[in-house]
Amino acid sequence: MFYWLQKNLPKIVIAPSFAVILWFVYGFVLWTFYVSLTKSKMLPRYDFWGIDQHFRLWSNPRWYIAVENLLIFTVLFVIICLLIGILLSILLDQKIRAEGFLRTIYLYPMALSFIVTGTAWKWMLNPSMGIEKLFTDWGFTDFTFDWLVNREMSIYTIVIAAVWQSSGFVMALFLAGLRSIDDEIVKAAKIDGASIYSIYVTIILPMMRPVFMSSIVILLHISIKSYDLVIALTGGGPGISSDMPAVFMTAMAFHRSEIGLASASAVMMFLTILAIIVPYLYSELRRQDANA
Amino acid sequence: MQTLDFQEMEKIERSTYRKRTFFRWLLFLVLGLFAFYYLAPLYVMIVTSLKTMEEIRQGNLMSLPGNIIFDSWKTAWSGRGGIDAGNVFLRPFFWNSIKMVVPAVMISTFFGALNGYALTKWRFRGDNVVFLMFLFGCFIPYQAILLPMARTLGVLGISNSITGLVVVHSIYGLSFTTLFFRNYYVSIPDEMIKAARIDGASFFKIFFKVLLPISAPIIVVTVIWQFTNIWNDFLFGSSFSFGEAAPIQVALNNMVLTSTSVKEYNVDMAAAFIAGIPTLLVYVLAGKYFIRGLTAGSVKG
Repeated sequence: MFYWLQKNLPKIVIAPSFAVILWFVYGFVLWTFYVSLTKSKMLPRYDFWGIDQHFRLWSNPRWYIAVENLLIFTVLFVIICLLIGILLSILLDQKIRAEGFLRTIYLYPMALSFIVTGTAWKWMLNPSMGIEKLFTDWGFTDFTFDWLVNREMSIYTIVIAAVWQSSGFVMALFLAGLRSIDDEIVKAAKIDGASIYSIYVTIILPMMRPVFMSSIVILLHISIKSYDLVIALTGGGPGISSDMPAVFMTAMAFHRSEIGLASASAVMMFLTILAIIVPYLYSELRRQDANA
Repeated sequence: MQTLDFQEMEKIERSTYRKRTFFRWLLFLVLGLFAFYYLAPLYVMIVTSLKTMEEIRQGNLMSLPGNIIFDSWKTAWSGRGGIDAGNVFLRPFFWNSIKMVVPAVMISTFFGALNGYALTKWRFRGDNVVFLMFLFGCFIPYQAILLPMARTLGVLGISNSITGLVVVHSIYGLSFTTLFFRNYYVSIPDEMIKAARIDGASFFKIFFKVLLPISAPIIVVTVIWQFTNIWNDFLFGSSFSFGEAAPIQVALNNMVLTSTSVKEYNVDMAAAFIAGIPTLLVYVLAGKYFIRGLTAGSVKG
């Protein structure tokens, strides 16, 4: 008995946490899957109904707006964050004296919550008293900047604030990647007469493939989950013009008493994340095995 | 001929030097502009919070306050009292967040350390699968667990309570903390543990006497990561609590949204800054560990 206990102690220690994960992650995801196949409205119902909720979801105009916004947001957010992050990391890599200080400044937004960021940017983007007023005060009297209350443009305000918050993170990832590159390679290229520009474009950036991969996966992950920032900045508005899937889901779940529909949208989010994460984890693990 | 060459060389040297200083200046200019871009919202937040509403209406985002007054900080923190007592102010919710963060961070960090230890130093069949299943929990969109969690908290009788939020954050923090400790312990040589095992040390004795004393860095990284994430959480807070049990981010959002009469931007900015202070402070004091957590959370597996 004592021997058995000793032998299995590691498993016994990990068992409670594992059971918790099994139940609260996997069990709950399955629950959500199942409820998306029922007629649940205000309360969950457990009699099977079929995939009608998913048909309802994909014929819901609000869901289309949310998905379209997610696409616009994701494309812009990922590309701009990558551009800024790569540029800053390369500039900081030029043996700058104030590097540590600048890095601290570029990255601090990551420590703030999306609600704080959203509140600050909401004020800066205020159509009559924010940036617009700043520019009219500076003499650009025709300057208008009303994206926050403009149905066509409100989604772009979320891009602005999100890029501000997350681009420093991409910088940090790329800087760490640049630092791990062997100096000898760069020196050899310099002796061969290659310009700094071509060294970066043809030698260094291609070596950063894994950093590109993980940055893109993280940024995609952030964008699919975007919720807080939308709520704090635009509240999904004006109207529902800046709605996103995560906002749609909570609105259906907690305000519209459409638990089945909310679950269907959650399932869509889950599957999207799955489609990104599974290949990524698979390639990461294979890379590690290859290195080991 | 000889001298001409020499002059020529000097000329070239001088021009490359000039070119290099030019690029140096350009470099600092671009870096400086970006520093301005990142700092501007913080500057605006602080400056606005110190102005009166009159000054805000007359000046612009960048203009400095006439005299520095902390009235809006007081209003944001403890309200104006008496007259409009219905207004939201942050003090009680700040404490709610503290009461939520401290136990949740401790619980998730402790179990993460134990799990990481068991997964790396006492390998068993299927341990990699177990770890992968933990790892996957880092990525799930919480929308997929929101509804059953709300039901469960209701059944347990802890919906709309700090206890409920502690439970939720402890559970969904487990994946991250296990990942952090597992990756740290993997890099610690097994010889240390083997020696202790030969000496007859037990599972827990090895954990507390051998591993924990050398775990300080990863504990700091994990605690900071968990603290920042839980303090900044809005989704769980807003889904599982309302009214008096809400954490600070929810209260901040409510405060900004409720427009009783005139919108007080100075109070909003003071409130936003107050809600951001704890994590900013941690970042300034322990930035190195904060960044290590970010990158450890990203280079997974």
